[in-house]
Amino acid sequence: MSERVRQRSTLGGIPAWVAVVAAVGALLIVVPIVSLATRVDWPNFAVLVTSPSSLAALALSLRTSVASTALCVLLGVPLALVLARTSFPGKRILRALILLPLVLPPVVGGIALLAAFGRRGLLGSSLETMGVSIAFSTVAVVLAQTFVALPFLVLSLEAALRAAGSRYEAVASTLGASPSSVFRRVTLPLVLPGLVTGAVLAFARALGEFGATLTFAGSLEGVTRTLPLEIYLQRETDPDAAVALALVLVVVAVVVMIVTYGRREIR
Amino acid sequence: MRKVVLSALAVVGAVSLLAGCASPSTGSGNEAWSGNETGSGNGSSETPVVDQTLTVFAAASLKSTFTELASEFEKSHPGVTVSLTFAGSADLVSQIIEGAPADVVAFADEKNMAKLSDAKLIRGTPQLFASNTLEIAVPRGNPADITSFQDLTKPDAKVVICAEQVPCGSATTKIEQATGITLSPVSEESAVTDVLGKVSSGEADAGLVYVTDVEAAGDAVEGITFPEAAGAVNKYPVGVTVGAAQPELAAEFATLIAGAEGQTILASAGFAKP
Repeated sequence: MSERVRQRSTLGGIPAWVAVVAAVGALLIVVPIVSLATRVDWPNFAVLVTSPSSLAALALSLRTSVASTALCVLLGVPLALVLARTSFPGKRILRALILLPLVLPPVVGGIALLAAFGRRGLLGSSLETMGVSIAFSTVAVVLAQTFVALPFLVLSLEAALRAAGSRYEAVASTLGASPSSVFRRVTLPLVLPGLVTGAVLAFARALGEFGATLTFAGSLEGVTRTLPLEIYLQRETDPDAAVALALVLVVVAVVVMIVTYGRREIR
Repeated sequence: MRKVVLSALAVVGAVSLLAGCASPSTGSGNEAWSGNETGSGNGSSETPVVDQTLTVFAAASLKSTFTELASEFEKSHPGVTVSLTFAGSADLVSQIIEGAPADVVAFADEKNMAKLSDAKLIRGTPQLFASNTLEIAVPRGNPADITSFQDLTKPDAKVVICAEQVPCGSATTKIEQATGITLSPVSEESAVTDVLGKVSSGEADAGLVYVTDVEAAGDAVEGITFPEAAGAVNKYPVGVTVGAAQPELAAEFATLIAGAEGQTILASAGFAKP
């Protein structure tokens, strides 16, 4: 990564109206977020976000998001490698299927997960006879989050793998390195920034997961009621608590985005 | 010059877009609530044929009955279109407080109506038009063999209820307190429809929903009534908003609901008298 030279602001040759429309676009996102902050009941903020139910939701959200991010890395790295490096018939279809959760409404994901892992589901019914029950458990939350977050990791890692190319890997293997040691000592270090970006995005997506969780896992304090579900529920009776918790989630999201994108230019 | 016009247009467009969603409609306020001034209490009055839209916000549990009532109303009022919005009562309340335009509002409990009355957004006194009680819903075949409220505490039965924050959940809590039986649900949903969905899909062994939900779900679930339910009855109020564009028309709709025709339709869906 090269050092960026500090520049004075210039329009860089784009028409002035483009900049104006761009500003409107940016405002469309920034104004609601800032407005949210103006709705916060600041004197009671600390009390609202540290209530036992808020803390339980926050702790559960962090725990499940970390778990699903780990699962995403575990499953996503091999997936991205297969998509970036191998060739086989039907690969394009496979990629399209894997990226499907990006465009599906999460509630549809939840229904699909129920159809697979629910008590009467395709796999769930066999699991049930073995005494394993997934629905209404924290495992269901992690599964739902992994389902929606996995494409983020696969997408950014696959892009990084393609950009890195396979020349170094080819050299390493002609020097006698086994495929596994090429993967560990050449490929992984090369694409580490892409992997980190993908993992952070997956974490953020998991943290915000709502629809699939509500449909598939249910909502019980400390077990399946994550922060977004808690916000949705609090809104019914205590809008101030909902707004305060929403702001907490915004702050976490902002931190995540700054960590990921703030330090370097995006391609 | 064209550039300037374009950019100005873009800015104006976006700003009005943002502002449009934020400005609450407070209504005229000085217009007195007078339901029978123009003889509007009579649903069959000769109204001149002009295109009018009546906007009705109603609790999710009223979906099928209000859809039927709205088409009856449109039949007896040529030129009038009834636009229906269904959602959780608390959702509707916050939408109206934020300025959503509604002429008639009907909720699943009096607490939510009180929020609007307190905010001075309702004309006069809301009228109670129906009541609903809880019933146990079980998947077809009743796999966990539930026959009473006490059975919901069976250790291996997966029970889903509404969270205390929503009307069906506060009714559930009331019954728990009255009976001294504490449930340990596997999930506390924020909408009664989510409870029903988890029962009808067989994920849960039992759920506490309204009598009308069991009625509407048809063959997918079986309903088990229990005497303790009488201790927690939700009453449904209907009211006309302060901001109503056609208060007389809105009052006529409210009258239809509380009148004989409305009561027949509500009763066939399982609602009881208030």
